[in-house]
Amino acid sequence: MKYNWNWLIFWEPAPDGVGVYLSWLISGLGWTVGTALAAWVIALVLGAAVGTLRTTPIRWAVRLGNMYVELFRNIPLLVQMFLWYFVLPELVPTTIGDAIKQLAPPWGSYWPAVLCLGFYTSARVAEQTRAGINSLPRGQSMAGTALGLTLPQTYRYVLLPMAFRIVLPPLTSEFMNIIKNSAVALTIGLVELTSRARAMQEFSFQVFEAFTAATVIYILLNIVVVILMRFVEKKVAVPGFIGSAGGPQAGH
Amino acid sequence: MFAGFDLDVIQRSLPYLFREGMTFTLTLTALAMSGGVVFGTLLAMMRLSSLGPLSWFAGGYVNLMRSIPLVLVIFWFYFLVPWIGGWIIGADRPIQVGAFWSSVITFTLFEAAYYCEIMRAGIQSIPRGQVSAGYALGLNYWQTMGKIVLPQAFRNMTPVLLTQTIILFQDTSLVYVLSITDFLGAASKVAQRDGRLIEMYLFVAVVYFIISFAASYSVRRLQARIAIVR
Repeated sequence: MKYNWNWLIFWEPAPDGVGVYLSWLISGLGWTVGTALAAWVIALVLGAAVGTLRTTPIRWAVRLGNMYVELFRNIPLLVQMFLWYFVLPELVPTTIGDAIKQLAPPWGSYWPAVLCLGFYTSARVAEQTRAGINSLPRGQSMAGTALGLTLPQTYRYVLLPMAFRIVLPPLTSEFMNIIKNSAVALTIGLVELTSRARAMQEFSFQVFEAFTAATVIYILLNIVVVILMRFVEKKVAVPGFIGSAGGPQAGH
Repeated sequence: MFAGFDLDVIQRSLPYLFREGMTFTLTLTALAMSGGVVFGTLLAMMRLSSLGPLSWFAGGYVNLMRSIPLVLVIFWFYFLVPWIGGWIIGADRPIQVGAFWSSVITFTLFEAAYYCEIMRAGIQSIPRGQVSAGYALGLNYWQTMGKIVLPQAFRNMTPVLLTQTIILFQDTSLVYVLSITDFLGAASKVAQRDGRLIEMYLFVAVVYFIISFAASYSVRRLQARIAIVR
């Protein structure tokens, strides 16, 4: 039993005639990063908003926020991907639905993937944000009230500036999750990194080289994210303040 | 917008969806959980070991698994397992491994990395003094671990382990990329055969939601009960 290793495969021309296999992987990396970044914007904005709402004394907002988080956390990502890609265009008014279906090839699967990953991750970000705010001593919000700040002011000037710093480390791992989860978008036809590696394996038969390359690229991407986020953490750190948002967490 | 919504297709395919699909999903979840917890605990013990190579290997394995997408891991093992199997039994070609066992091995080894991190936190949550006390009583490493540390670690980490299992249950839907008939795969086959994507995918989402929500609700109840006891 012998496997024919051929590490030079990356420099052999790819079947689409445009470049070599390596350029396939690099274009895949571009789509992975592009999808993850766009989805991250949605996830951060929505997640921070929903997470904050869930800590307010407003009952209905808390309940609404809880429902939002439960909805996105309890349906598998792949199923959500199918809902955004196959089901949504059918449920909206016909003219909009047709417009969605007629998006040019990469965008037709790019936008559903971005929205899906964005909303899915926003529920997780909301959990982290809520944990971050709740980890602040209760005295802080009381002090805000005692100083005569309104509820929005207390959040804006007292609670959120601390809470966002506390949740930075868990948010780093959420960002890495969004990069990894973007691979699920290959099921709706987005040619990101994993999909490119799979295509390369199918055309070149060099299974292990293709997957090794993708693995190495994902690891490098992780390292870059960790370094960037450490830099951000240092940049925004409040001197003398050490916070932590809690213990072990389940993940994938 | 729900005009032409065909509930009949769901009813017709119910036996197929649950008898074939859900059975596969649940079996895979149960096997991968059992295997994952066992391997994960061993990995955690290796990671906390004072023997350099052991902890280095376990740390490397866990970090590798946690930094690449599950979809890529599924592809990796799908192609790797036949070669490793052939190498072990000394065959001259890669052996045939069915899709089921391939996915059991994949999910066991992948989830082991995540269970490992949970068990590591669990083991570390036990005061060092208890381990020292075990050694002082003349127990060896395995006795100390098996009789003192691990029972408490498991108890402390039960809610997190169960939450991870709920995530595993949802993640098994990714075997779709190998065209396996799990719950989602079965629904997707019916959906494509009958051209009923909306009904089938919405139904799948509802079923997954009900199961995961009920499970995570029970875990929260359990967590509250355990928290009072401690």
